[in-house]
Amino acid sequence: MIEIGSIVKEFNGKRVLDQISAEFEPSKCSFVIGASGGGKSVLMKCMVGLLTPESGSISFNNRDFLQLDYQAKKDLRQEIGMLFQGGALFDSLSVEDNVAFPLQMFTQKTKEEILERVNFCLQRVKLENVNKLFPSNISGGMKKRVGIARAIALNPKYLFCDEPNSGLDPITSRVIDELILEITQEYKITTIINSHDIKSVFDMGDHIVFIYQGKALWEGNKSFLGKSGCKELDDFIKASEFGR
Amino acid sequence: MANQVYLSMKFLEFFGSYLLFLRACFRLPDKGKMFRRSLLAEVYKMGNDSFAIVSIISIFIGAVAVIQFGSQLIGSLVPMTILGRIVRDANILEFSPTITALVMAGKIGSNIASEIGTMKVSEQIDALEIMGLNSANYVGLPKILAALFAIPALVTYSMFLSNLGGAISCYFTNMVTVDIYIAGLRESFDGFYVTHALTKAFTSAFLISSISAYHGYQTEGGALEVGAASTKAVVQSCIAIIFFDYILTQLMLYK
Repeated sequence: MIEIGSIVKEFNGKRVLDQISAEFEPSKCSFVIGASGGGKSVLMKCMVGLLTPESGSISFNNRDFLQLDYQAKKDLRQEIGMLFQGGALFDSLSVEDNVAFPLQMFTQKTKEEILERVNFCLQRVKLENVNKLFPSNISGGMKKRVGIARAIALNPKYLFCDEPNSGLDPITSRVIDELILEITQEYKITTIINSHDIKSVFDMGDHIVFIYQGKALWEGNKSFLGKSGCKELDDFIKASEFGR
Repeated sequence: MANQVYLSMKFLEFFGSYLLFLRACFRLPDKGKMFRRSLLAEVYKMGNDSFAIVSIISIFIGAVAVIQFGSQLIGSLVPMTILGRIVRDANILEFSPTITALVMAGKIGSNIASEIGTMKVSEQIDALEIMGLNSANYVGLPKILAALFAIPALVTYSMFLSNLGGAISCYFTNMVTVDIYIAGLRESFDGFYVTHALTKAFTSAFLISSISAYHGYQTEGGALEVGAASTKAVVQSCIAIIFFDYILTQLMLYK
């Protein structure tokens, strides 16, 4: 479980996150939704440690990330997988080497064991015969799937997905959504997804946090999304492609 | 006055940030085996990719030096073996270490800055951080150490080739015979000049690689910023090379 408490983040005196608190449970797909510039990405960057909040707490199974020392943070990060908006695959490495990278860095596995795990992860995201291709040779959807394969290579407890559907066609988006949902439930991962895609939220949103101008205005699940009573959320849903 | 204070503050900010980057770089790598593999690949890439350009430039530097110095010596009472000595010392002391370093700043420096800059803007550096790696160490250290191997080796190679270029020039221009030129090359050789040249080469290698890696690592934005980082890396590396060239020459040769 991930718990965040009263997170405040400012840039040059401007408050971007204002006292945000939430809990994210394992085996569930939790969504952080909101308009562009609302603070979703900043919140995710704070949670994974790329940014340090001015105040608040971020706790991974009762381990306060902000209070941990360098080594403990490093160990905790190996339990975190992240799927980036653009995939963030290493250009100089093949698909196989990208997925093998965390295994080579953090495990003592032999070459054969690593290859076996890489092939398993690639099959799990329904990618075959692409091991030797480079990121520049594969499509956007395939990059996302390789990103997921890399993120799950070390059996993470926590999975963060930043706009997993951006730039993808509806069919590929659906495939990515299904993969994330399957993996979350199969491995009992605590998954947090930043998204604009209201269709994905309605399909998979076990837990949803709506952020508006740096504040968490609404929290609930997909069943209550249409009847939240929150004007800003209703406007956001109406304005989305799904609500039109 | 206010402008000078502002510029001083900007420089101190840059220098402090550069030192912090170096502190993050110079730590024990997370995995020795991966680091060694990365280091060897960088040494090979830097050395192999720069081999041709260093060869061409060095041969022509030596050839031009022979013509320029030789044209001033012809007709004088000075023995012509002096030509070999002058060209040798100029090549070893200045031309090979400095010009090779300036060319490397353009070639290796821009390559390092744009490579790391692209990794930064495409979130590859963030991916390394989230995995729990020291990203500055992972991307910076192999490049800095590789430059410390490759650039002095290229400078040594350049010293040899520039003197060879002088011999080729003698052969084609008949300014002096090749035998006289080679006799001059052998005359009164001071080994300390090579030490001086290699000291400059190591210093330049460190400056080029660390300044370029720093600018790449600080890149924020997109393609335009990657280009700007690359340009900054080359310009600042060149200025640093020339500045330290002067400092080291004064410290080591001025008695």
